Formats: sequence, C-alpha cells, structure tokens
Amino acid sequence: MTREWNDLAQGRSRRLARAAGFAQARQVRAEDAVALLEAVIEPGDRVCLEGNNQKQADFLAQCLAQADPQRLHDLHMVQSVLSLPAHLDVFERGIARRLDFSFSGPQATRLAGLVAENRIEIGAIHTYLELFGRYFVDLTPRVALVTAQAADRDGNLYTGPNTEDTPVIVEATAFRSGIVIAQVNEIVERLPRVDIPAGWVDFVIAAPRPNHIEPLFTRDPAQISEIQVLMAMLAIKGIYAEYGVDRLNHGIGFDTAAIELLLPTYAESLGLKGKICRHWALNPHPALIPAIESGFVQSVHSFGSELGMERYVAARSDVFFTGADGSMRSNRALSQTAGLYACDLFIGSTLQIDLQGNSSTATRDRIAGFGGAPNMGSDARGRRHASAAWLKAGAEAARPGEMPRGRKLVVQMVETFREHMAPAFVDRLDAWELAERAKLPLPPVMIYGDDVSHVLTEEGIANLLLCRTAEEREQAIRGVAGYTAVGLQRDRRMVENLRDRGVIRRPDDLGIRTRDASRDLLAARTVKDLVRWSGGLYDPPKRFRHW
Amino acid sequence: METLRFRFDGRQALPAGEHHALVGVVASGNLEVLLERLPLDGAMEIHIVTAARGFGEIWQAVLGDFAARHPLRDLRISINDVGATPAVVSLRLSQALEALQESAP
Repeated sequence: MTREWNDLAQGRSRRLARAAGFAQARQVRAEDAVALLEAVIEPGDRVCLEGNNQKQADFLAQCLAQADPQRLHDLHMVQSVLSLPAHLDVFERGIARRLDFSFSGPQATRLAGLVAENRIEIGAIHTYLELFGRYFVDLTPRVALVTAQAADRDGNLYTGPNTEDTPVIVEATAFRSGIVIAQVNEIVERLPRVDIPAGWVDFVIAAPRPNHIEPLFTRDPAQISEIQVLMAMLAIKGIYAEYGVDRLNHGIGFDTAAIELLLPTYAESLGLKGKICRHWALNPHPALIPAIESGFVQSVHSFGSELGMERYVAARSDVFFTGADGSMRSNRALSQTAGLYACDLFIGSTLQIDLQGNSSTATRDRIAGFGGAPNMGSDARGRRHASAAWLKAGAEAARPGEMPRGRKLVVQMVETFREHMAPAFVDRLDAWELAERAKLPLPPVMIYGDDVSHVLTEEGIANLLLCRTAEEREQAIRGVAGYTAVGLQRDRRMVENLRDRGVIRRPDDLGIRTRDASRDLLAARTVKDLVRWSGGLYDPPKRFRHW
Repeated sequence: METLRFRFDGRQALPAGEHHALVGVVASGNLEVLLERLPLDGAMEIHIVTAARGFGEIWQAVLGDFAARHPLRDLRISINDVGATPAVVSLRLSQALEALQESAP
C-alpha cells in the first residue's frame, strides 16, 4: 500500500471547502465568525489563539468560547499568553482540553484552579522563544486566530506598532498547510505597509470593535520611591559604569523605571553619557523618553509597542525600528533573540530569591508562567562574539586553568522586603509548593542562581561571579538580604570578609550616600513630566492622566 | 497598633544644630520621625507607635544597627510608623539626623 504524502494539505482543502459559504474573497462577516470557526476547526486540533503580552485577538477569543462544545472539543491550545477571561472560558466550556503556553499573568489564579480541577491538562510552560521554537517542531498550529490593525481587500495585514507574535504564528501555520484567520480593526483600500502578506492569510473578519491592547509597560514616576532611587544609583554606579554596559534589556517595573529616569541626571553627572546604555532591546517605555531626549540612547528594538507612544516613536525613527510609513514595527521573537544573544546585561525584579540565588515569581495559588525573563536573564552559552562588559564578567567568573570565555550580566534587583513586610529572601521558594500542588515536573524557577551575576538590594550589591564556593555565595546573598530572617542569620565575619574583597559592596563603598537618594534625581517625577519631555508627542492612556 | 520602646547608651555628644527635626509622613508604607535633643542621662531613647504588629525583633535589629553607627547621647527619637520597610526606616533616620545637625541660618 502506498502512503499519501499530503494529508495536511488535504485537511486544509477539506476545511476550506466547509468554510466556502461564509467567505467572499477571504472576507467573513463578524456575525458568521462562530460558524466559521466551527466549520474550519476539527476536534483535537492544535489551535493558536493570538494572545500576546499586549494586543489580544479578543473578538476571535470570544467567538471560540461561544462555539458548540458538541462540535468543537478536545482542542489543544498553543498560545504565548493567557490574558483574557475567554482564554480560559474555552477550557471551562469543554472546547479545549490541553494547553501549552508561556505566560498567564492576569489569569494565573483561575488557571491554577482549573488545573487543580483537572479541567486543563498542561503540556508545558515555556519561555516565549521555546514556544515559538516548538511552533516549528512539534506544536505547529493547525488553525491560527490572529489579530491585526487593518487588512486590505486582498487580505494583506498591517499589524501597526504592536506586531508582537503575529509573524511567527502565521509563518508556522501557513507553511504547514494550516489555516490563518485574522480579526482586524478595519478594512481599508490601501495599507500603510504590509506586515503579513495576503498569501499567508485565509480569512479576514472586520471585528465589531478594535482589538484590546494593554499598556503593560507604563510606570507612573510619581510612584517611584526613594529606596528605588537608591537602588538605581547603585545599579548605575556599581554595575553599569563598572562594566561599561552598553547593550541591555530592562525588566518591567518601578525598579528599572527608576534607572531609566536617572540616566539624564545621575548617570550624566558621573560622565556616563555615550559610555553606557546606548542600545536596547526594550518595549517603548515612557520612562525612557528623558534618556532618549537627552541623547543617551541610540537604538531601541521592541517586543511590542506601548499605548500612547505611537506618535513619539514615529517621530524618533533614528532610535526605534519603524516602517517606511513611519509607524513602529515590533517583533517579539526577534527582540527576544536580541535580548538573549546581543545584550550584555539583563536587570529585573522578582518576588523571591533563595540562598543559591534562584529567583521565582511563583506563589502557591498562581500559575503565572515565564514569559521572556528566563531567556533575557540567562547566560547565553551559545554566544561567541565578545564585548568589553561580557569579557570583564567572564574574567571575574573564571577559574584557574579554564578556557577563557565571556559572561552575561544578569542582575536581580529587589528591595529586601516587599509591601506588607513580605521578605524577598527566603530559605525555600514558594515555587516548590506550587510544583507539588499543580503537579509540575520542576519548581518554576524564573532565573536560575547559576545564571545570576549580581543581586542588588538597598543594602548593596552582591557580585556572585566573584564567589568561589557555595558557602561564599550563600553568605554574599545573606549579606545583602538586610533585616529579613535570611539576612539576620548571616555570618557577620564572613560577610565583612566578602566586603573587604569587593564581593559585597555597600552604598558607602561606592561613594553613594543613602540620604542623597532623593526623588529630585528623577528626570521626570510625574507622567505629565514625561509628556513635557516628549514635546507633547507622548499621549498617555487615560488611567495615567491625573491632570 | 503596637508600642515599642528601646534605650541605647550613647557615647558621642550630638554636634550643634537644631533643637528638633521632623521628617517623613504618616502614610502607608512610610513613617514620621521626630528627633529631639533632651537630657536623658546620656542615652538615646526610641519610642515607636506602629500599625504593623509583631515586628519587634526587626525593629530591634534596625535600631541596634543605627545606634551602633551613631551612638549618640541625649537624643529622643519618636516614630509614627505605617508599615514602612526597614530600608525606609533607616533612610528616614539618617535624613532626620542630617536635618538635626543642619546649622540654623
């Protein structure tokens, strides 16, 4: 018997034939969307419902959740972010059964509940790059439900500034005989530019309302504390200046926003302009505007965009990646690659750090996933090109007789206590308990201790590269853990010895006076200040307008 | 609410400056610190009213370190705390001390 070699293509033809009645030249009316999904998707299919960090195929998500579970069931969802209630409704209604994903931020608690009730089978929790990688190996979507700003009559798509995951999803699906369905905000005669060619798109639906986009990366400078200013001073003087960090990625949060806002003031006063922080893999953080305007920043490539930054980005095409039409083009897969291989430093906050330096944002009742931090925050062992910062970090970590190599700087930045006196330093991560409860194969560690180069708190900087034994490493971490139980149990003599060797550096050791940590150092102290710095180009979302 | 009192023996006289100094605000995650020069038999006395119960050991450690860095005589410190972290407490104490030592214009 001879084997057919085109089952996938035949499956595609079958699906397209069933859908033929709904489409006119690829266009499907919004009221037929549920019926289209029921016609095209088959039980057991792998389906990617485009859920990004920011923009959401929210109309298609709601349509899928409204499908008849008699017709659509046992779907295997493969999507990077679960952020909308509808993303979990499909499991609650019995339409989907299995899930492979990266991040579930706002739905983390509900996800943990559904897993505990055996309503969701988790395949694996990935980083973005891993999931995108698996789209091309063993998790290729059969049907992809994506979203774009606009389509033309041929089906070409314009994603606008928030391109995010769309190219990687569509490429994997379209080139393996899958079906691509796009919801768009509008259908126009002529697109500003083509982000996804029509030949890769099967159906286009003009959604009844614009897709949802979340302003995830906006931090109001008014909420930055003096302690965060102090920690930002430590980062700039103790790490950025020390290593000459010129290519970097910042995690999300107020700690790193404080660093961004100290570049035009504190860093400039140290003579660091032109020497640090010129090239970034970063979303267009509004907090970066003052550093850009004062000439610190040369280039920024972004995973996605940020609401309100559109006009500013378009007007700064020397800095941001923009199309010939002037608007930004982002790309999560490529920016993650840039963060992993082309950056010398990642710095970010976390919830808990243990005595080996492992860090986790997991708590026992939430399955939040990983997103991109593990890739940003890891030493890229496949990296071969050298830079001054990478070589210096590598030299510090080198053991006698070993082949010389470089190291990425991976900095965990935390205040020793979070709100409500929750200690950031613990003997045992909550991740262990979550792994047990949710039957995960491993405790979900965001950044492994052996990838962390520095732990930075208001107490100072622990340079883990310089630690020679596990015990030194533990005492270095205890030494910056302040008045947490873990910190109070430090061996004072050993910690003083580590300080003498420069493994631990206190603010005093760096010539930083704690009481100089004033909010006056922030280049912008309010969102309105950011608007002023941008010359009125930054248009903050309503929730950030307090004037 | 919890009230805590600590007393440390001082070794150094306060440099000249203001009679008292007040820094900080009574707001969530923050605190108000009042420093006063008073004859206290050479001691530093600290009086704390805090909204967060059960952190006596941490206060002891934070204030013990402050007293070791600044073993000052005849100083009363009054603290109104609304759940400030040790980092904020230490920062306010050093700001208050600086304000107290500022010479009058």
